[in-house]
Amino acid sequence: MIPVEYYLVVAGVMFGIGAIGFLLRRNLLVQLMCVELLLNSVNLTLVAFNRMRPDDHNGQMFAFFVIAVAAAEAAVGLAIGLAIYRLTRSVRSDEADLLKN
Amino acid sequence: MNVLSLVFFGFSALAALLGALGVVLAHNPIRSAMGLLLAIAGVTAMFIGLDAHFLAAIELIVYAGAVVILFVFVIMLIGPDATPPHDSKVLFTRTMAAVVFGVFALVTGFFMLRAGGGLHQLPPFRPDFGTIDSFGRELFTRGLVPFELTTALFVVAVVGALAVARGRHRSDSPAEVAKEQAP
Repeated sequence: MIPVEYYLVVAGVMFGIGAIGFLLRRNLLVQLMCVELLLNSVNLTLVAFNRMRPDDHNGQMFAFFVIAVAAAEAAVGLAIGLAIYRLTRSVRSDEADLLKN
Repeated sequence: MNVLSLVFFGFSALAALLGALGVVLAHNPIRSAMGLLLAIAGVTAMFIGLDAHFLAAIELIVYAGAVVILFVFVIMLIGPDATPPHDSKVLFTRTMAAVVFGVFALVTGFFMLRAGGGLHQLPPFRPDFGTIDSFGRELFTRGLVPFELTTALFVVAVVGALAVARGRHRSDSPAEVAKEQAP
């Protein structure tokens, strides 16, 4: 079998890629996709740790709710992105400065 | 068996990491969405490797079937404006934030390696783990209240998404309607 650390390393690297992408990219849509990457890597750790202790399904249940929240977050985030696009004719996140000053 | 599972894990991890890199590095958002699809496929394969069969199905249905499609819809809706011209001006603060995050990640990894303790093998396979039957039983007993509360979250999310995406038109507010009808 495969040691649990392998899964944790993959999840950690994926989280790092997603977080750095979220910080560096300025396209609102790509940033939302990076958030999905982060949530996916967290789900992976939850499921991997749950596999280490197969008496119950606590980790999988938590991952299930994370997936549900991620779906809602994608819907609301894309709606906000569309609203910002209609307002500024751009999807660049650093042009959304309505609350500035 | 051991080699086979290792090969399976290797391919799924490769798909997940390549997909993640594709999301971040692709210039075109459509390619980013395809990278997200690849990453989700990799994560789903790893879920199967971890005997979380029900979650693997849910992941594929919700992410590949709904979230990525939603992303592609919005990118198509926005059209060519979804790919803003790549200006060479990279904000210094953002770069610094990414560098600091990367450094902290490396330091954390270093300390985790130094802590040692060896690798932890997964416990042997149990036929009642991760199936729809056992997972559903637990979800509908101990996880029933949060499961039902999820519906409230979805209702709020749908109403909020509609309200935000529809935007505010002048004729929506009663005062504006009255003002328009007055003259």
